[in-house]
Amino acid sequence: MARSNEALRRPALEGRAASHAWVSVTPAAPASRLSLRTPADSVGAVSKALGFALPQKPKTSAQKNGRAALWLGPDEWLVIDESGSEISPALGKVKAFHSAVDVSHRNVGIVVSGPGAEATIAAGCPQDILLATFPVGACSRTVLGKIEIVLWRTGDTTFRVECWRSFSDYAFTFLSEAARDAAV
Amino acid sequence: MLLIRCPYCEEERPELEFRHAGEAHLVRPGNIAEMSDEDFEGFFFIRQNPKGLVYERWRHVHGCARFFNAVRDTVSDKFVTTYKAGEKKPVIKGAAE
Ligand SMILES: [Zn+2]
Repeated sequence: MARSNEALRRPALEGRAASHAWVSVTPAAPASRLSLRTPADSVGAVSKALGFALPQKPKTSAQKNGRAALWLGPDEWLVIDESGSEISPALGKVKAFHSAVDVSHRNVGIVVSGPGAEATIAAGCPQDILLATFPVGACSRTVLGKIEIVLWRTGDTTFRVECWRSFSDYAFTFLSEAARDAAV
Repeated sequence: MLLIRCPYCEEERPELEFRHAGEAHLVRPGNIAEMSDEDFEGFFFIRQNPKGLVYERWRHVHGCARFFNAVRDTVSDKFVTTYKAGEKKPVIKGAAE
């Protein structure tokens, strides 16, 4: 048997899934993530390095080629890249003042999908997440039950919940339980 | 649930996302080392705490994470207005100076 010197990488929610008639709750694929802080006069240079313009409006996101930037605050974004490429090298060359911290392994993503997704999230999130007020592409840092999350609507009936790794068991269990009750 | 308008998120958000952060518009003294103990006590500990309209700092801690200011009625818990940190203190009828 071949021996490997590489550390075994085990996703926090490995093997877990919850599927019900109206909604499914599944762990998102591993992704590269950045916590990005950028003052207004650096936004242009940072956007160029990322490959698309950072969204400026509250509660909005932008994406291109599997890489997305979620507006979290007036100078703060969460960048998620699911294309398999690292984000940091591109930003390393940017001279403009900014801060980019790799948080790929700090966060865990959970995908909630199906006609009951809205009801499932609403079981623990106090924000108004109806399609009219929280349209596709909308994103926000908020709360779910007793933890902080970043909520991102990726489709009419699909949400991505990002939480910190140590809270992922709580988040997943909470969403799974909520999904059982989510009738449309 | 109480809704609070965040001036940075530009919309009303549930109170669970916010945290109270004390009296607003306190001016930090230029040279704390040279202050008398009495003056320092006044700056550091003594607050107005009036009944009625108060100027307060709030933080949208589970949202955009920004600090901002608010005018709130401590009797009714009604928010009269909220505004960005650094903006001028609004004149509100009935509020303590
Ligand atoms: Zn806010």
